Amino acid sequence: MSTLEIRDLHVAVGDKEILRGVNLTVSAGETHAIMGPNGSGKSTLAYAIAGHPKYTITSGAVLLDGEDMLAMSVDERARAGLFLAMQYPVEVPGVSVSNFLRSAVTAVRGEAPKLREFAKDLKNGMDALSIDPAFAQRNTNEGFSGGEKKRHEILQLELLKPKIAVLDETDSGLDVDALRVVSEGINRFRDTGDTGVLLITHYTRILRYVKPDFVHVFAGGRIVEEGGPELADKLEDEGYESYVKASA
Amino acid sequence: MGLETMPVSKLHAESSYDPADFPVPTGREEEWRFTPLSRLKGLHNGTAAPTGNVVVEVDAAPEVTVETVGRDDSRIGAAYVPSDRVSAQAYASFEKATVITVPREVVASRPTVINVRGLGEGAGHGATYGHIVVRVEPMAQAVLVLDHTGGAVYADNVEFAVGEGATLKVVSLQDWADGAVHVSHHHAQLGKDATFRSFVVTLGGDLVRLSPSVSYTAPGGDADLTGLYFVDAGQHLEHRLWVDHGVPNCRSNVTYKGALQGDGAHAVWIGDVIIRAEAEGTDTYELNRNLLLTDGARADSVPNLEILTGEVAGAGHASASGRLDDEHIFYLQARGIPYDEARRLVVHGFFAQLLEKIEVEEIRERVLSAVEAELAR
Ligand SMILES: Nc1ncnc2c1ncn2[C@@H]1O[C@H](COP(=O)(O)OP(=O)(O)OP(=O)(O)O)[C@@H](O)[C@H]1O
Ligand SMILES: [Mg+2]
Repeated sequence: MSTLEIRDLHVAVGDKEILRGVNLTVSAGETHAIMGPNGSGKSTLAYAIAGHPKYTITSGAVLLDGEDMLAMSVDERARAGLFLAMQYPVEVPGVSVSNFLRSAVTAVRGEAPKLREFAKDLKNGMDALSIDPAFAQRNTNEGFSGGEKKRHEILQLELLKPKIAVLDETDSGLDVDALRVVSEGINRFRDTGDTGVLLITHYTRILRYVKPDFVHVFAGGRIVEEGGPELADKLEDEGYESYVKASA
Repeated sequence: MGLETMPVSKLHAESSYDPADFPVPTGREEEWRFTPLSRLKGLHNGTAAPTGNVVVEVDAAPEVTVETVGRDDSRIGAAYVPSDRVSAQAYASFEKATVITVPREVVASRPTVINVRGLGEGAGHGATYGHIVVRVEPMAQAVLVLDHTGGAVYADNVEFAVGEGATLKVVSLQDWADGAVHVSHHHAQLGKDATFRSFVVTLGGDLVRLSPSVSYTAPGGDADLTGLYFVDAGQHLEHRLWVDHGVPNCRSNVTYKGALQGDGAHAVWIGDVIIRAEAEGTDTYELNRNLLLTDGARADSVPNLEILTGEVAGAGHASASGRLDDEHIFYLQARGIPYDEARRLVVHGFFAQLLEKIEVEEIRERVLSAVEAELAR
């Protein structure tokens, strides 16, 4: 059973401290939601765990099944079983979706998938997320709408089968149908069993499809409150104001 | 980087068949300031003895005629007058020229391949001067491959005369051995409604300075000039584009992209375009992009557009040089793809659109694997 442990994590961009001691443990079989106001550091947490070069870890630890993630390169972390669905997926000119996905699957599995098998997996994955098959030949994320980018992130999630998935505002910008399709994708991933999910969101609407076991309130670069699913409803009603004041 | 102050019309004012009409370059001239003259092995100052050995072999489509002719052949110099010292030196010094003719209305059934092979080691054994004339007669169509390999100090002029309604597609590969020096002018003269597609790939050699130019004799000419280069440590690869719109309603599109890696890797791209007063309805665009893969590499990119008419259909240029985008690499690595592989994918992506334009499959494969090999270094 996999566990992602974040211990007293402090992160800076340049000399600006953004995360101020985050503690969080996500185990396989669990879904954690992080909610918090704009600029509170949610994406910073996600990027720092994934190893984005702009973010400097000033102290703390991130462990996946006891292994020190912070000592690993970005790709090593991914191969160790960490996945980050990005809030703003990156457009990569000239690299087709199918080429990109085949390279990623090859890297994560440690061997190239059989061509026919891969083509089938890709087709099934795209069908399930209502992605037009023509997207396989398009450049990665280039000219995709916001919703198409998010579906493409979940397609990758399903193909790469990580141990722990961090989903940064995967629900933002989705219409109702897309939200349902994407949520179903996340749930299929959860149903595979030995996986944990850390879902960053502003809205409870996705939590109606993807039920969290724990809800964490993020403000001022740390977790300021924790609870069960009912906390999300309270946040939706009352907003973050009291937490923002308290964390300032 | 930066725009030139001198108008394009001034830069290309001189032309002559006689090298004596051009002063020996000092390196201060606008057209020579980027070129390391000391590495030209005397091509620019008359001291390069013509003792080198370069063979020109043509594997022609059956419909195409190939002749080797003497200096006095009237077809030589009909479409082009040398525009700088080295070009004039080559013109004055070659012994035999190759004349390739695609007869009227003929559609060549396969590419014609011209192998230009240097038999020297690196740059040793003196210089060679060459001249090639390619005549595509009215309504004819042909694909041509110019394949430069081996070691040489080689200066040459290539004339493409594309007749009315004719189409010529040329791939020119500069795949020289290390140490080779090549200074070349490729001039295309387009007749009424002629189509010219040029694909230049420059990979090997110590110094390559290639000047592709286009002029139009009647309206409707359409030129598309594409280039790809990969510059390694110590290499100087220079491309000087020159498009002269002197008649109405012609089109030109220039797209050159290069990747550079290693200490002293130097790319130069000059894109001179003039739209003369009489060239109403001109549509032109030129683009140069450089991808700097390491420190110590340098790209000079100078687009220069002079417009002398108020009636253009479109005119623009763009030039950018930058490093690999960290966000691209991060995204790929975040999916488990190791750094080297991520870099390979992104560089491929950078060239992908260009590569698709190479219609000759063997050549496309060869360029692709050459790019692979460069990246594996
Ligand atoms: N690369 C960066 N350079 C400069 N500042 C940054 C950078 N990344 C984050 N920040 C700053 O850190 C703070 C937290 O940003 P972050 O993106 O983590 O917030 P967030 O909680 O994800 O917000 P949102 O809900 O709007 O997505 C913000 O003040 C932001 O401006
Ligand atoms: Mg965010």
